[in-house]
Amino acid sequence: MSETTVTPDKPITVDEQEVAPGFIGQNTPRKEDRRLVQGDGVFVDDVRRHGMAYVHFVRSPYAHAAITRIDVSKATELDGVYGTLIGEEVAAETDPFFQIAPPPGGDLKDYALAVGRVRHVGEPVVAVAAATRELARDAAELVEVDYEPLEVVLDMERASESATTQLHDEVPNNTIWQGNFDYGDYDAALAEADKVVRIKRLHFHRFSSTPLETSGAVVEYNRGTGQWTIHSNNQFPGFAIIMMAPALKVGLDKLRFVSQDIGGGFGNKICTHPQLVAMCLMARKLKRAVNWTEWRTDQHTANSHGNERLFLDVEVPVRSDGTMLGFKARMIDDCGAYTRYEPLGCIIWAQVTPGCYRWRNVRVDFSQVCTNKSPCGPNRGYSRMQHLWFTERVIDIVAQQLEIDPVEIRKRNYIRADEMPYETPNGCVYDSGDYARCLDEALELVDYSSIEEKRADAKSRGKLLGVGIGSTLDSGTNNFGQSTLVNPELQFSGNNEVATVKLDIFGEIVVTLGTTPQGQSHETTAAQVVAGILKVTPDDVNVRAGHDSYWNSHAGFSGTYASQFAVTGLGAVKGATDMLAGQILQIGAAVLGAESPDEVELDGGFVKRKDNPEAALPFMACGAIVNANNAVLPLELRELTLNCRYVYVPPHQMPDKERKYGNLTLTYATQIHACVVEVDPETGVYEIVDYGAVDDCGVRINPQIVEGQVQGATAQAIGAATHETFSYDEDGNLLTPNFYDYHVPHALDMPPLKTAYVESPSPFTPLGAKGMGEGGGAGLSAVASALQDALRGSGAPIVSDSSNPYNTVWNLLQDPGESRKLVEVEDR
Amino acid sequence: MIEPVRGLRISVEINGERHEREVEVRRLLVHLIRDDLALTGTHVGCDTGNCGACTVIVDGVAVKSCMMLAVQADGSKIETVEGLAPNGELHPLQQAFSSFHALQCGYCTPGMLMSAKHLLDHNPEPTDGEIKRAIQGNICRCTGYVNIVEAIAAAAKGEIK
Repeated sequence: MSETTVTPDKPITVDEQEVAPGFIGQNTPRKEDRRLVQGDGVFVDDVRRHGMAYVHFVRSPYAHAAITRIDVSKATELDGVYGTLIGEEVAAETDPFFQIAPPPGGDLKDYALAVGRVRHVGEPVVAVAAATRELARDAAELVEVDYEPLEVVLDMERASESATTQLHDEVPNNTIWQGNFDYGDYDAALAEADKVVRIKRLHFHRFSSTPLETSGAVVEYNRGTGQWTIHSNNQFPGFAIIMMAPALKVGLDKLRFVSQDIGGGFGNKICTHPQLVAMCLMARKLKRAVNWTEWRTDQHTANSHGNERLFLDVEVPVRSDGTMLGFKARMIDDCGAYTRYEPLGCIIWAQVTPGCYRWRNVRVDFSQVCTNKSPCGPNRGYSRMQHLWFTERVIDIVAQQLEIDPVEIRKRNYIRADEMPYETPNGCVYDSGDYARCLDEALELVDYSSIEEKRADAKSRGKLLGVGIGSTLDSGTNNFGQSTLVNPELQFSGNNEVATVKLDIFGEIVVTLGTTPQGQSHETTAAQVVAGILKVTPDDVNVRAGHDSYWNSHAGFSGTYASQFAVTGLGAVKGATDMLAGQILQIGAAVLGAESPDEVELDGGFVKRKDNPEAALPFMACGAIVNANNAVLPLELRELTLNCRYVYVPPHQMPDKERKYGNLTLTYATQIHACVVEVDPETGVYEIVDYGAVDDCGVRINPQIVEGQVQGATAQAIGAATHETFSYDEDGNLLTPNFYDYHVPHALDMPPLKTAYVESPSPFTPLGAKGMGEGGGAGLSAVASALQDALRGSGAPIVSDSSNPYNTVWNLLQDPGESRKLVEVEDR
Repeated sequence: MIEPVRGLRISVEINGERHEREVEVRRLLVHLIRDDLALTGTHVGCDTGNCGACTVIVDGVAVKSCMMLAVQADGSKIETVEGLAPNGELHPLQQAFSSFHALQCGYCTPGMLMSAKHLLDHNPEPTDGEIKRAIQGNICRCTGYVNIVEAIAAAAKGEIK
């Protein structure tokens, strides 16, 4: 068995944080709030243009059908209807979207509208534009589409069988991608094991974070320049542009992406490029601005679901003392009808291959299939959440089989703080963290030491009490080189983000970001970093709201996704501000007659001589001199612009494509959650009666904002674990297409939520911070774990699904033996 | 062919200002507010009346403005989020939401504030349970509600940082 190959220089985890300079670590009030609490935000549907048309999509009522006829004539005759767009026009005017997968999966054809065939309910077939929203909907009713239904493929396990109907002619066996991952020496681990625990099947269900603002866009086309302005809430314009521009056969700069406020994203607003292309074509065809605001029902039915995943034939070699040597499994991921961002999910899980554990030997057969369901895409915790839920289920099931305490088995297998930075079997480097300590903190939050008394108390009230633990990692700052592990031909690697910081003519500090925040408080935290470096206050820093690709403050990977702003975004802000500070010091030194910039310093909006603070130059004078009075400057200083652009590029390297080996992300924030449930054994109804969430994301720039992310992500996980599910009937109709049927947590659903923090600064990032927005997956694990614990005296059923509504628990109580058949233990 | 829908002339007072408009009888109140009167602080988050982002106060009653026709509001007095800070000085609820980090993306916030205002207008000293019940018709996907409940409680008690 191999051991850790990286030896740390020194322990990374610290008890007492050094006092950070400036405003880092302070709960600076949010700059975004003043406009948002007054209703003065500008969300995409708030954008108005003269003569703007409203677009409504006619969508497929069938999960799988051939389109035999489309007749839009009755719709276009309606007064106030401006025009329509159908698949044939799209196919004539655009190329199919670029595919990430290699052939044959990558050969599938994906267009802005269905061309000849529909592959999921809700797929856009025709776009209709009219003077009002209501009229566009009326006209859509008049569009006639004839379909010939085809056999529907819904079962992800059977999708790849040869007898199954193919969704895409180009994709045999409906298999988008398949790959083998083999790390360490699994066979040796198996030979060494005292016991082997086998789990036949675990299932991670379909759901999404369902942001409250649906997707949308207002698109304008400038006929004179051939340029589109796309006001949208797309959260990853860098990706959208490289998908859209080739499809539209134009250069990247012809697509200007603009957004101000975005009403939540959670990854679900990354893959809107098909609708945005349809809108671009409409705007060009109709010679007017067009608005598309997705209906809630459409958001649920046909937007972007989180990936559904099966874990089959799981094998876990274990020593008698509970030390786990690794695992083997066959994993199938269902991406729905089209790939879009997929099959990146087939590699992104590998960022956290061993979870929080010292598992050195791993063998995974991973495949992704397409089915007649809504396309999948990134969803908060994208692909890692599924895998981490799997690791936590494995831990709890092994603990139950070997009769080892769930806390004890975790501590025995957790990677230790003194092993950080820790290299995983597949070459990822966990930067810092102390999982055991976080677990202790989480258990303390739920008063674990007196849990047996609480269990007895619950029993006296006829309830079954259970405690569960979820241990997850939020890996952030992607190395896009991992895309080459799914397709070696791709030319993507590394990562980048941009910021510009300038000192304007009247001394105003102006910051532009390349990101597209959706509630993550980028204006505030950027201002904290800038203020600290320039020795002013956050109030003195004007951070432009939103994103505009014509600000020249974006790069190929710009956007807000994948837990990275605190590293990439603020890294860029720090870089640009350091540059600006250097320039201000140079100007100040020259004007104040100092020998060198070392003799002056920044203080309260002035450059001051260190030897004589009375000799001070206000920032306003610096800005004025460079921008409007530069003849007074010595010639050698005239190249200074006080307008600094910095591109932060993390220190990533290319992974080894053959071995699927390398460092796939820069940082790993820790979440350890503890959940206490009480189950009514008569009904299966349960209540979360106590909940503790411990987060370690390194240096917290703004603790209040970090806590907000923890609370929100936890709420989403609890919602997903208990109620939220995208389920389909046998014809492929989504049964939960709105907030009636898809029950997200309301205020009354939230359990008592306690939080605590450990700070293990990242040794790899400019500020010691880590991305941390996606750390809710621990909740899914903690709920499953708590339920299994609560039911252990009731036939000890195995919780094998991430979705655990009350009827599932009731079923486990009725027939615990059935679920136990999923697991067997071989003694060696 | 669909027959053109006849419009009706209505008059509403929003945040103290009178507006007269001819509207289709099927037009939702929220679209009158957002599209015709350009008060875009009131948001739309669903199409089934579940999310509460469009909550306004009509004649003293908290109403989801997507569940009411504009013509039904004829002659009524309506309060929207834009009316909470008429002179730019934040309402205690608005200040509390900011102080307690009770908003992230801010999309649910206008509706949440109006439900909270309706609560405090009628129950100045609510318990946490009463606060949760008052906002149970408002969905927030960002915060998990913890800080929203704290903010409303603090605004009620006048304990705003």
